[in-house]
Amino acid sequence: MNYVSPFLFWAFTGLMLGFALAVVFNRNPVASALSLVVSFIGLAALFVQLDAFFIGSIQILVYAGAVMVLFLFIIMLLDLKAEQRRRLNPFTAIGGAAVILSFIAELITVLRHVPGGNNPLPALSGRGLSGQGSIDDVREIGFTLFSHYNFPLQVVGVLILVSTIGVIILSKRELK
Amino acid sequence: MTSILPWIILFSPLVSAVFIVLFTQRLRNLSAFISVIAVLVSWASAVYMFTQPGISVQVSWLDFGPLLQVPIGLKIDDLSKTMLMVVTTIGALIHIYSLGYMKDDDGKSRFFAGLSIFMFSMLGIVLADNFVMMFIFWELVGVSSYILIGHWFHKEAPPAAANKAFITNRIGDFGFMSGILMLWVATKSVMFTDIAGHVGSVDPTTLTIATLLIFCGAVGKSAQFPLHVWLPDAMEGPTPVSALIHAATMVAAGVYMLSRVFFLVGASPDAQQVIAWIGTITCVGAALMATQQNDIKRVLAYSTLSQLGYMVIAIGVSHSRDAAMFHLFTHACFKALLFLGAGSVIHALHHEQDMWKMGGLWKSMPITFWTFLVGTFALTGVPGLAGYFSKDAILLAAYHQNKLIFALATGTVFLTAFYMFRLVIVAFLGKPKANHHGHESPLVMTFPLWVLALLSIVAGYKFFAGHFLTVPHEEEVTMVPMLSLGALIGGAGLALALYSGKIKDPIRIPLFANKFYIDEFYAVLIRSTQDLLARIFGKFDRLILDGALVRGLFAGGVYGTGFMLRLFQVGNLQGYAFLFGAGVVAVLYFILFK
Amino acid sequence: MVTLNDYLLASGLLFTIGFAGVLLRRNIIIIFMCLEMMLNAANLSLVAFSRFNLVNGLPNYNAQVFVFFIITVAAAEVAVGLAIIVALFRSRQTTHVEDVSRLKF
Repeated sequence: MNYVSPFLFWAFTGLMLGFALAVVFNRNPVASALSLVVSFIGLAALFVQLDAFFIGSIQILVYAGAVMVLFLFIIMLLDLKAEQRRRLNPFTAIGGAAVILSFIAELITVLRHVPGGNNPLPALSGRGLSGQGSIDDVREIGFTLFSHYNFPLQVVGVLILVSTIGVIILSKRELK
Repeated sequence: MTSILPWIILFSPLVSAVFIVLFTQRLRNLSAFISVIAVLVSWASAVYMFTQPGISVQVSWLDFGPLLQVPIGLKIDDLSKTMLMVVTTIGALIHIYSLGYMKDDDGKSRFFAGLSIFMFSMLGIVLADNFVMMFIFWELVGVSSYILIGHWFHKEAPPAAANKAFITNRIGDFGFMSGILMLWVATKSVMFTDIAGHVGSVDPTTLTIATLLIFCGAVGKSAQFPLHVWLPDAMEGPTPVSALIHAATMVAAGVYMLSRVFFLVGASPDAQQVIAWIGTITCVGAALMATQQNDIKRVLAYSTLSQLGYMVIAIGVSHSRDAAMFHLFTHACFKALLFLGAGSVIHALHHEQDMWKMGGLWKSMPITFWTFLVGTFALTGVPGLAGYFSKDAILLAAYHQNKLIFALATGTVFLTAFYMFRLVIVAFLGKPKANHHGHESPLVMTFPLWVLALLSIVAGYKFFAGHFLTVPHEEEVTMVPMLSLGALIGGAGLALALYSGKIKDPIRIPLFANKFYIDEFYAVLIRSTQDLLARIFGKFDRLILDGALVRGLFAGGVYGTGFMLRLFQVGNLQGYAFLFGAGVVAVLYFILFK
Repeated sequence: MVTLNDYLLASGLLFTIGFAGVLLRRNIIIIFMCLEMMLNAANLSLVAFSRFNLVNGLPNYNAQVFVFFIITVAAAEVAVGLAIIVALFRSRQTTHVEDVSRLKF
């Protein structure tokens, strides 16, 4: 529990980033969507490595299982074709590349100043709610959620209701 | 009393000119009268000042402290007294002559105003006591010459000739100005007396270069080679103008200036060499060109060029300015006489100037003929008349200094006699070729001829000239006057043999008749230089200014900026996303790193 | 040994790839997917911080609750967004992003 294998970390990071690139550079939208699914799986593995088991499960269930499936439904519904190759406008290419490269540069510069950025994974020693030696993070998250963040939880519930209604209305065909 | 007279001498013609221009333009006879009165006032004052000892008056004008002082100063000393007499006397005579010559001219007021301005400018040059003032009046004389040459501006040739005169002069004046500046830098002053005092302390090379540059001014004003091209064309002006300006006074201004600064010339032997040779080239070349001219005034113009060459030779080979000033003095008398005589003929024959269309005038215009003959004798150097003495002095000086120049100058005596007698024989002797016979001119025109003829006779004698200037006294060498006399007789004899009784020119030498093609050469030179420069600048303008700067940098920059700014407005989703990203990057940059 | 910086770097790179996708792709659905990718990058950051900044020897569960909310809201957003895209497709017959530029000034 206190040890993160570097090999596994880089392997899953590579999986995640590689398939993320595939999302961007694939012309077939179905292939893009499926690449994104695999990327999310890699991400979930990273979550698990960080002892965030609940979040990892939620990631697979909700994101990969529900959201991406919805995407695929829509892609199939709209019957999207693969994109054509196109000529790249040099101005936009340079501008975009400039923004992205400067962002990466800033990222790397910031990382040097993160406090505690170079510390290794700290050992978990707390007792937690379960009282056992292991972490029961579902219980911990549930406890935090329903005690400290109860109100936001209710609001999110209303939000989901509203969005459901919105989706229904938006998808309706014009009433004759 | 004496201290105000110099100012009166100088400003009397100016007052006349201003008065004429402002008030009496329509009243032509009154304008003429005012101008004549003004010049007579100057003449009388000059005569009075002549009897007084020398004087110098000054008014402070530009004062830059120890750096530069330019006063307006009038200096009356021996040199300027001589020149004053020449300028005012001959000027007065020509003013009187013009009353008759320009009687029926429409632009009479304009003419006399121009003559007055000229008198003012010329007197300014004579009386100036520093270089800057002399230069200012030098330019004014050029302007007056321009006005007067182009007097009949409705015709085609006079304005072109006036332009040519002025522009050629300006080229010489550029050198003149450079020389003045060099001297000022070397001696910290522009006053003649100061520079004369410091001549010894100036580095010899600087002195030589400065002298040569100042000589450029004389080359332009006194029409020496290679800037001689304007003088023959200047004959397009009315004959009194040719007499006054282009024979007696303005062209002599260059020689006068060199006399004034003879302390410079005498101190740089190399410069003197150059001056002497330029004088020689002008003298011989002009004489050659004169032998083939058919217009009375052109012959006289080339003769003037040749005689000015003599004066410049004198400056170049003498140890003092006396020989040059002596010849200037005598030349003014007989050259003015010759021009006025020619004017008399032209006026009587209703502006006919081609000598092959004249003839037989010795009978119909006796006064003009005899005075013209006196002038011719004086010019060619017949012993006993003025020109003989002054030319002899120059030949003697050349003999002692440079035998080659002496030989060439003596050869020119031969040519001078040849072309002058050619002129007299064809124009005055023989049978009349003109359709209308000439009649003698009125008294107002013949009176100056009488006076000038008298002067041409006596002006060479020591008893007369000695009052006005220092007559040069060189060691007599018998061979010199013998050779010049021989040349004179040879030239006159050849002319008699070739031209008596002929009705057209028996010899034809195109090289001389076309003035050695110098005018054509200049035209080609100017055109090709101008074309080259125009092409270079045009290319520069099109390529660099238009291409790189205007279209590339400025217009291109604006276009590019507009292109980028258009992203804000097009409704392009990804454009907006790009701007978001750029904004985030910028904000991060400023928060994190500043 | 894996440090916090490595996780943050991974998160940053994922975010950048998502942003590049938003700029480069012209199909609206793909752009939307890249948007989701960016959200997930943020989630990774939060979880990494939660694990490395311990509270009482336990991970900081506030961050994980935050991630929970993000996932929920993202799901709702995807639903509504896709509904809008479907409606757009029905009226314009295209998902090409440059064709939906009616909103320009």
